[in-house]
Amino acid sequence: MITLIKRPAPSARWAWATPLLAVLATMIAGGLLFAALGTDPFEAIRAIFWDPILGPNASYFRGQLLVKAAPLILIASGLAVGFRAGIWNIGAEGQYIVGALSGAWLALHLYPAETVWLFPAMVVMGALGGLVWGLIPALLKVAFGVNEILVSLMLVYVAENLLAYMAFGPLKNPDGFGMPGSRNLQQYPSAHNPELLAGTGAHWGVVAALIAVIFTYILMHRHIAGFRIRVAGEAPRAARFAGVEPKRLVIFCLGLSGAFAGMAGLFEVAGPSGQVTDSFNAGYGFTAIIVAFLGRLHPVGVLLAGLLMALTYIGGDVAQLMLQLPPAAIQVFQGMLLFFLLGFDVLTNYRIRFGRRA
Amino acid sequence: MIGGIDITTLIAMLMVASTPVLLAATGELVAERAGVLNLGVEGMMILGAVGGFAVAVSTQNAYLGFLAGAVCGMVLALLFATLTQIFLSNQVATGLALTLFGLGLSALLGKSYEGMRPPATPRLDFGPLSDIPVLGRILFSHDWVVYLSLVLVALVWGFLRFTRAGLILRAVGENHHAAHALGYRVILVRFAALGFGGACAGLGGAYLSLVRVPQWTEGMTAGAGWIALAIVVFASWRPERVLIGAYLFGGITALQLQLQAAGYAIPVHLLSMAPYIVTIVALVLLSIAHRHGAQAGPASLGKPFHASS
Repeated sequence: MITLIKRPAPSARWAWATPLLAVLATMIAGGLLFAALGTDPFEAIRAIFWDPILGPNASYFRGQLLVKAAPLILIASGLAVGFRAGIWNIGAEGQYIVGALSGAWLALHLYPAETVWLFPAMVVMGALGGLVWGLIPALLKVAFGVNEILVSLMLVYVAENLLAYMAFGPLKNPDGFGMPGSRNLQQYPSAHNPELLAGTGAHWGVVAALIAVIFTYILMHRHIAGFRIRVAGEAPRAARFAGVEPKRLVIFCLGLSGAFAGMAGLFEVAGPSGQVTDSFNAGYGFTAIIVAFLGRLHPVGVLLAGLLMALTYIGGDVAQLMLQLPPAAIQVFQGMLLFFLLGFDVLTNYRIRFGRRA
Repeated sequence: MIGGIDITTLIAMLMVASTPVLLAATGELVAERAGVLNLGVEGMMILGAVGGFAVAVSTQNAYLGFLAGAVCGMVLALLFATLTQIFLSNQVATGLALTLFGLGLSALLGKSYEGMRPPATPRLDFGPLSDIPVLGRILFSHDWVVYLSLVLVALVWGFLRFTRAGLILRAVGENHHAAHALGYRVILVRFAALGFGGACAGLGGAYLSLVRVPQWTEGMTAGAGWIALAIVVFASWRPERVLIGAYLFGGITALQLQLQAAGYAIPVHLLSMAPYIVTIVALVLLSIAHRHGAQAGPASLGKPFHASS
């Protein structure tokens, strides 16, 4: 008989060990999945985790690592703050889209502006767009007590339809011979989010992601506000006695994560993606949820988890190219990772005892 | 005909459009009444959609397809049950994981089934009843799953209200410690409730891919699972209100599709937003209505249960 005994406090050692265990277990289970799909599991694991960094064509893929990691880290560091407080913003994908649309709208509206102020203004617009989209569920929760999970998620579908409407309608490239999609912002110098150091993939979004990590670290671990957020998540009643205003917390957390997601969307649409199309959003807003949990809702953890998750994206591309692994396989792989992580977390909070009940 | 829209067709379409969310919402209601919040409805639905489609196409038998859809949903739900009830993981996070995993797995499995046509799902034969003008078209022209979903709502209603097992299930959802102290097997009850919920969601998903659309496309549930979750809240955890909520939602969807077909000058994408916006508005209105009274969900909803604490 195996019994679980609750630990008085979560084990710090296990809290950091479980993500590693989960990655290991995912590699094994993923290997079995790939074998079932008729791919050599060792080849597949090597293609995903090794080749992008150290393989023969690594110089190309290494640049992609930061391109993919930046939005994930930027979004996840905002989400992690809210998750700590028990505020579940799962609509980051929608905030990402609206942020991108707002910033791109400004640039396309002013086309062809030639000023260095355009790009910073677009970033601000992106953040504002995401902020507004994130504040809708926040205000509905504060004013009427509506569940923020459902509202933030519904707004993803609204945002996706808005994106399609914009790409086929108002933002369509007037010189595009009727093709859907906006003007390419990569060919619009003052609106372009360029690669800052050739070959690294580092654009302004990478800088923003690093700033976000440092900002959330200071906020959560060096500032009284972070302490309050954590208390609110772990012991809501105690937090209320300590003078934490739950309504302000909801607005702050959803606003912050919305603004971060909006900025991530803007950096993507003005940089690597370049164009507003109905499918430019790549699901980063959802993958960022996995990143936040894998990083233990800790800013440094989020940074590492974002890099790892970006690696699986690129590894997925490599595996698709070299081993004809279907693209959805990597999504399954990421989902499994989250499952294993959540399952192994029992070790953080509980001690396992074999033998009869004490 | 009003404004180019045929009301009879609209209502008949409404019943078909509502069936997937009605099934999923009924199943989720049972799980939530047992005190478990499973946010993985979307994942279970889409796996049911692909699993049901694959089996129906390869056996050319729609019944087997629906069965397979329900089994797929149930398997995923039992995975959720194992993680949340035995490994005591966070229910919100695990539910999200279930949805992400389901979406990925369905895309992987469904790749080779894109563009195929499923075998026809038989309509129930009501003989002369279906020839009644208007009513016959609305009530007696559907396939058997539509009627099954209605029967299921009635059964769940009766089960929760009149049976001893239903009482135990509600006790577990309201106060799992008390139920445990009385000797009821909290975890077992929750496994059963989650399994039932998963089977319903899978069945709803299979209905989408086998009847409603009918074909397999990646991500075809498009938030139907989340809307089912919203409908459970909207219904204040009461089965008869789930029916109202689901038909209301189906009505909006059907109306929106009819408006598109009637060629109104509203852009398609803006019309497609309607069901989601209406769902949000419905949740807000409900919260306002319940402002002073209790909009009571089961008291133990979403809380982890560990016998030692």
